[in-house]
Amino acid sequence: MTAPAGGWRTATVAGLRRPIARSVELRLDVHDRVDHLPGQHYVVRLTAEDGYTAQRSYSVASAPGDPLVELFVERLDDGEVSTYLADVVEPGDELEVRGPIGGWFVWDGATPALLVGGGSGVVPLVAMVRHARALGRLDLLRVAVSARTLAELPYADELVEAGALIALTREAHGIRPAARLTDMDLLPLWEPGQTAYVCGSAGFAESASQLLVGLGLPPASVRVERFGPSALELPKR
Amino acid sequence: MPGPTRGFLGRRRAAGDPRLPPGQYDAGSDWPVLTAEPTPRIAPETWTITVDGEVETPTTWTWDEAHALPSSEYRGDIHCVTTWSKFDTRFGGISVDSLLELARPTAEGRFVMATSKTGYTTNLPIEDVTGGKAWLVWEFDGKPLTAEHGGPVRMLVPHLYFWKSAKWISRITVLKRDQPGFWEQNGYHDRGDPWKQQRYQGD
Ligand SMILES: Cc1cc2nc3c(=O)[nH]c(=O)nc-3n(C[C@H](O)[C@H](O)[C@H](O)COP(=O)(O)OP(=O)(O)OC[C@H]3O[C@@H](n4cnc5c(N)ncnc54)[C@H](O)[C@@H]3O)c2cc1C
Repeated sequence: MTAPAGGWRTATVAGLRRPIARSVELRLDVHDRVDHLPGQHYVVRLTAEDGYTAQRSYSVASAPGDPLVELFVERLDDGEVSTYLADVVEPGDELEVRGPIGGWFVWDGATPALLVGGGSGVVPLVAMVRHARALGRLDLLRVAVSARTLAELPYADELVEAGALIALTREAHGIRPAARLTDMDLLPLWEPGQTAYVCGSAGFAESASQLLVGLGLPPASVRVERFGPSALELPKR
Repeated sequence: MPGPTRGFLGRRRAAGDPRLPPGQYDAGSDWPVLTAEPTPRIAPETWTITVDGEVETPTTWTWDEAHALPSSEYRGDIHCVTTWSKFDTRFGGISVDSLLELARPTAEGRFVMATSKTGYTTNLPIEDVTGGKAWLVWEFDGKPLTAEHGGPVRMLVPHLYFWKSAKWISRITVLKRDQPGFWEQNGYHDRGDPWKQQRYQGD
């Protein structure tokens, strides 16, 4: 399988929603779009009047079959691009985008996979879940996601509906007390032959991937996407 | 070139810091981690580096043997394709030149493929790893390089985007013809010069 890759395109903001605080869901109409695989991302490039540019990567949340490309952007308070996307963008605006990009962190829609995401790291996993649902193959996926509270978990309803294990660090969820994701959370989800997809902040991705390797998953079967950009996102101790 | 994005002012003009390539920002004291695989834990006693392929004397060095080569230091900046740059870093190790001088690439050897213990690969023209431009490093700021940053030993090619600086380096294979490595197969640029913003294939 080779992953598709697209060049720079103009995208029109077809719609946007703010389903959870401090973030925005952008629905983009990408002109001459190249179809993506679930797990791939786009680069958004912003240009100021004086020609200064800033570009950042955002995973695609929508399934390949969706006519629009959906991005989910978490607003970082002093972030340069995420604040613009969350606060300034309006429907009808045009954005310069490049994608899809990435050929490693992609799910082929046909093989068993274990998806583990933290915070906005669930975004590429949501694309995989949506694709599986469209194919009628949700049985291929086992999903575990983590956030501080349910209200802060992107796409919480869809993830709950897909049967995801929900690990919340600040509140109980069902019978599960508030706690970080542990190997005991992941153990029942693991089956031999799965490819694991781990996505989140550098700190989350590091600890979750180590949990999986500790459970006995071959390191070569664990694919990791670290949403930088920085150690500032690591929990402060 | 498309026009400006409505309402975008841009925060960090970086006041024209000449050390900052286009599209990069200064990460300050941060050192972000971006890898595609779980961090492997490699004991220095078991680590080796092999130079093979288009060379007259394929050679493997152990940790102690590599440390017996003349030490070499890099002081300067590093640049990641995900748009952060880090100024005034200090890495200690050996020059890739000292390995290649012993293994001796043939006249046909024009590219290298760097391979990590994890199977990660990245390709480079041989000119980009010779002439004092590339290192194998085991120290950062005078301390052992941590596993998450590629320790015990990573490659360092600071004049190119940092994905060319393979973490957990275990093999350098000299090639006649260029072959795409891990990210290069996945849409990233074959050379990756930050000053030319060679981020993706076609840039
Ligand atoms: C493959 C990939 C996919 C991604 N997918 C998503 C996604 O789906 N959704 C999502 O929300 N994010 C995603 N990200 C992260 C995203 O690309 C951006 O890194 C993120 O939105 C922050 O960008 P920013 O411009 O807002 O923040 P930046 O301006 O880059 O700053 C990031 C943080 O660093 C601090 N900082 C850094 N430098 C300075 C400085 N000089 N001065 C002050 N503060 C500084 C800021 O406080 C801020 O909190 C992804 C990243 C990657 C690599």
